[in-house]
Amino acid sequence: MDPAPLLDISGLCVSFRTDRGLVRAVQDVSLQVRAGETLAIVGESGSGKSVTALSILRLLGEAGRVDAGRIVFDGEDLLALEDRAIRAIRGDRVAMIFQEPMSSLNPVLTIGMQVAEPIRLHRNAPWKDAYARAGELLERVRIPDAAGRLGDYPHQLSGGMRQRVMIAMALACRPRLIIADEPTTALDVTVQAQILELLKELTRQANSALILITHDLGVVARYADRVAVMYAGSIVETAPARALYASPAHPYTRGLMASIPSIDGAIGARLPTIDGQPPDLARLPPGCAFALRCPHVFETCRATPPALMEAGTAGHLRACHLDADAAGATAQERA
Amino acid sequence: MPADTAPQQPDGDALLQVEGLKVHFPVTAGVVLQKRIGSVKAVDDVSFSLRRGETFGLVGESGCGKSTTALAVLRMLEPTAGRIVFEGRDITHLNAVKMRPLRRRIQMVYQDPFSSLNPRMRVRDVIGEPLVVHGLAKDKAAYRARVRELMDLVGLLPHMGEHYPHEFSGGQRQRIGIARALALSPSLVVCDEPVSALDVSIQAQVVNLLMDLQERLGLTYLFIAHDLSVVRHISDRIGVMYLGRVVEIAAGDTLFKAPKHPYTQALLAAVPLPDPELDAARPHDLIAGEVPSARTPPPGCRFHPRCPQAMPRCKVETPPLVERDGSEVACHLYGG
Ligand SMILES: Nc1ncnc2c1ncn2[C@@H]1O[C@H](COP(=O)(O)OP(=O)(O)O)[C@@H](O)[C@H]1O
Ligand SMILES: Nc1ncnc2c1ncn2[C@@H]1O[C@H](COP(=O)(O)OP(=O)(O)O)[C@@H](O)[C@H]1O
Ligand SMILES: [Mg+2]
Ligand SMILES: [Mg+2]
Repeated sequence: MDPAPLLDISGLCVSFRTDRGLVRAVQDVSLQVRAGETLAIVGESGSGKSVTALSILRLLGEAGRVDAGRIVFDGEDLLALEDRAIRAIRGDRVAMIFQEPMSSLNPVLTIGMQVAEPIRLHRNAPWKDAYARAGELLERVRIPDAAGRLGDYPHQLSGGMRQRVMIAMALACRPRLIIADEPTTALDVTVQAQILELLKELTRQANSALILITHDLGVVARYADRVAVMYAGSIVETAPARALYASPAHPYTRGLMASIPSIDGAIGARLPTIDGQPPDLARLPPGCAFALRCPHVFETCRATPPALMEAGTAGHLRACHLDADAAGATAQERA
Repeated sequence: MPADTAPQQPDGDALLQVEGLKVHFPVTAGVVLQKRIGSVKAVDDVSFSLRRGETFGLVGESGCGKSTTALAVLRMLEPTAGRIVFEGRDITHLNAVKMRPLRRRIQMVYQDPFSSLNPRMRVRDVIGEPLVVHGLAKDKAAYRARVRELMDLVGLLPHMGEHYPHEFSGGQRQRIGIARALALSPSLVVCDEPVSALDVSIQAQVVNLLMDLQERLGLTYLFIAHDLSVVRHISDRIGVMYLGRVVEIAAGDTLFKAPKHPYTQALLAAVPLPDPELDAARPHDLIAGEVPSARTPPPGCRFHPRCPQAMPRCKVETPPLVERDGSEVACHLYGG
């Protein structure tokens, strides 16, 4: 077996108390990330990607509660740490990048001060040194005329430039793990490509692990080593990226992939669809959460939630009651 | 020229012709006395035409002028220059009275159809309102029947009419928006990012619906989106915009297999394909920089500061849109 993973999440369950009742946002999620690896978490909106990510750094807020599970990072159980200890990890050994940099940047502080802040805080560096290092970091994320922009305020930058600043801040203390939650969803495709290449290159250089959260199966295909597919709070399938695309094993993953128009598919043909919509997380069905939309559903699916199990090749797991061979055969019929 | 003479072009099949369209927004300064200090050239010399029954896709990164083009076609924005010919009539400067009967023929589907609507209105009235506004509901029975018919057309169940839009998911809401757009039996439907806010599995349902409706009702679509694979899937021809200009127009397949304009090539290279092997086999040459401001667009070809193949003349001469191998392209690499 490989050395211990850098991050090991097991049996994570998270719920929110809302006026509609208890929303079970994340259910029995287990995943591992190794040093230097890029794990993509992919799923439609509301599937629990962000809540999983926020749980790692204990940023769930008042309404959210971890009901069960362990999150072990570099040998430490993050859920058991004191507040002071988790704050020491945030922005230092684990950094986070969000979709909307404007909401995580302070509008009244210059970007130089904001990039210098984590260095000062975690490295006890004097302001002057931290500020100089901020200049280097802005250069590394290829902000043109970096030294001259240290005094700029966030609103003076474009969305793409702000996201570069966020990456500079995230990299400031050479984190072992970077969690990027839809870092390019708000950006245009040519800028998205620049930012993702940059993120990938810099994490590779530092041998940092990257958790890349996205709903874009194209982004996953280009940038991930491994993928976890989430549906209604659960991981339904996880596999090395190539294996996932070559032989998706869960009916949801298959349906999702089939419903994306391909760039060389027949123009004008109707797209295969997944009928219906995701279940209400406050009223989850007792069995498989996908049962209501699954073309292969049978009795067991409605009664018992399926566990993640090996699906053919090593490292390829899926949570589905369907006989693996039967599922494959039906997939071929549909193709 | 009188407003209602037929256009000169031989393209008798064109439902819509947009020629040299410009829409500039004034930029003003000053608190009391608004002084004009410049303009945003949101759309700056755009030409294309739509044949009856076809889908024309319009793509490009945000701010390139897609929505502004759409709003000008709908006559919801006053063009600064150019001509819009719809069903053979020049509608560029038609006044409200003359425009009224034509308005029914051009309808719009929005990305978020309800941001501008009264949230206290039931779904049946959201769909039926255009009938009332245009005086097309003879009586209550006829109105109800038509709303029912529209709901059925887009796959909504009759009981849903009694509910309010916010009770519905994104996909269902888009069906309501489509039904409303179809209420007046338009010939042209402008779809501005109709599926951009939807999750993939829901997106496919709406794309299929739009295609079915086109087939059944003979609709013509101007389909705006930034997702290239969706646009390719639904469009017969595609126009690519950059900073207020059309840089290339081609049949969907041609555009993807052999993009001509360096910007089209860059755009395609930047979109990762949902298949690691296919994706790895395609060029990934990224372009540097970001889209400049539409207030101070670069001279010459607007793409030249980011173009890997820019030549000296690109900095001074604006390349016209010219025909090449059945496509149209605005780039000095292709002569012109
Ligand atoms: N602060 C909150 N209060 C109540 N419910 C929440 C909160 N945050 C997230 N949720 C619920 O948890 C579910 C998962 O959300 P999230 O992880 O943000 O989804 P994703 O990132 O995959 O789009 C959603 O259904 C959402 O409604
Ligand atoms: N009402 C307006 N006033 C001033 N500028 C506008 C207005 N509407 C759009 N713009 C500007 O025009 C350009 C094109 O916008 P738009 O047509 O919305 O682009 P797209 O739909 O392609 O994203 C942008 O630079 C935008 O900021
Ligand atoms: Mg999220
Ligand atoms: Mg727009």
